[in-house]
Amino acid sequence: MHELGVTFYVVKDVKKVAKENKVDKIDFVTLEIGEVSGVIHDQLIDCWNWARKKETVTESAELNIETLEAITFCEDCQAEYRTVDYGKICPYCKSENTYLLRGNEFNIKEIGVYDEDDEES
Amino acid sequence: MTILELKQGIFKENEISADGIREEFAKAGKLMINVMSSPGSGKTTTLLRTIEGLRALDTKSSNGIIIDKPVRVGVMECDIDASVDAETIAAGGAKAIQLHTGGMCHMDAAMTRQGLDAMGIDDLDLVFIENVGNLVCPAEFDTGAAINITILSLPEGDDKPAKYPLVYQVSDVVLINKIDACEVFDFDIELARERILKLNPKAKIYCISAKNNTGFEPWLEYIREKLISAQHR
Repeated sequence: MHELGVTFYVVKDVKKVAKENKVDKIDFVTLEIGEVSGVIHDQLIDCWNWARKKETVTESAELNIETLEAITFCEDCQAEYRTVDYGKICPYCKSENTYLLRGNEFNIKEIGVYDEDDEES
Repeated sequence: MTILELKQGIFKENEISADGIREEFAKAGKLMINVMSSPGSGKTTTLLRTIEGLRALDTKSSNGIIIDKPVRVGVMECDIDASVDAETIAAGGAKAIQLHTGGMCHMDAAMTRQGLDAMGIDDLDLVFIENVGNLVCPAEFDTGAAINITILSLPEGDDKPAKYPLVYQVSDVVLINKIDACEVFDFDIELARERILKLNPKAKIYCISAKNNTGFEPWLEYIREKLISAQHR
């Protein structure tokens, strides 16, 4: 899908945050990705490992991915269920009148820097 | 270890830029339409016919709604490479610029901004973004256009709304193109319509043949109404 495209977004945002916080080198970046965001984790990591080398601040940063569960809400019976198991059709009342509550997120959760001694600024 | 917490969606900045572009267009009384579809669905031909149609509408002034001066159209052609589309559009008489997305599969608000700056919009009323041919990524990235449309052509099959729901969900208008070829393709127009409306009950669906220049009237009227309300806010 668009792993390379979103990778550039991550690099851009991470660079910005690093600059704002006067960080020269990042050690890891943690993303939160919804189960049904359509992003393929392995491909994203491949893209990241290629793209991170283009910037000094990200070149040694590992990418961690945390998965967020996808939940769908049924408007007819008000039930919530796991999207990945049942898709668009509610397992309780068989209605298709459902919508995704969460699970298509693509968030940068945090950026980590390992400290060297007490070199705090 | 120092941890900087962001908890920030990567689309957030894009959405802010896109809202900014929309606001500027609204203030200037101009309109921008983002055109999405698969490769080969007929985006460029549809745009050519639309531009011709808008030009013809100027003199017609039907339904009591009159745009007294000709609609000035600009098109930003977005492709991974080549400039054939911009040349075609420019030959059709509209202002055109070719943008290369640098390998990216979609347009975003920052690229829209660059394109608008490069093309210049002072002498335009209406700008079309011809997005990269792709049903997945363009749907995720807000370009800053006020109106999003998707072209669905018959050879693609009537199951496309089922397979790529997001692009149809975010579209205000779906143009079903190549209906001149309906005898050749196994495409159930009613079923496609049903599938689109299920995803997006507010979608306007118009059947056209860009090749034969038929079925464009409701689509042109739609643009005209949107232009008038943009200009007379």
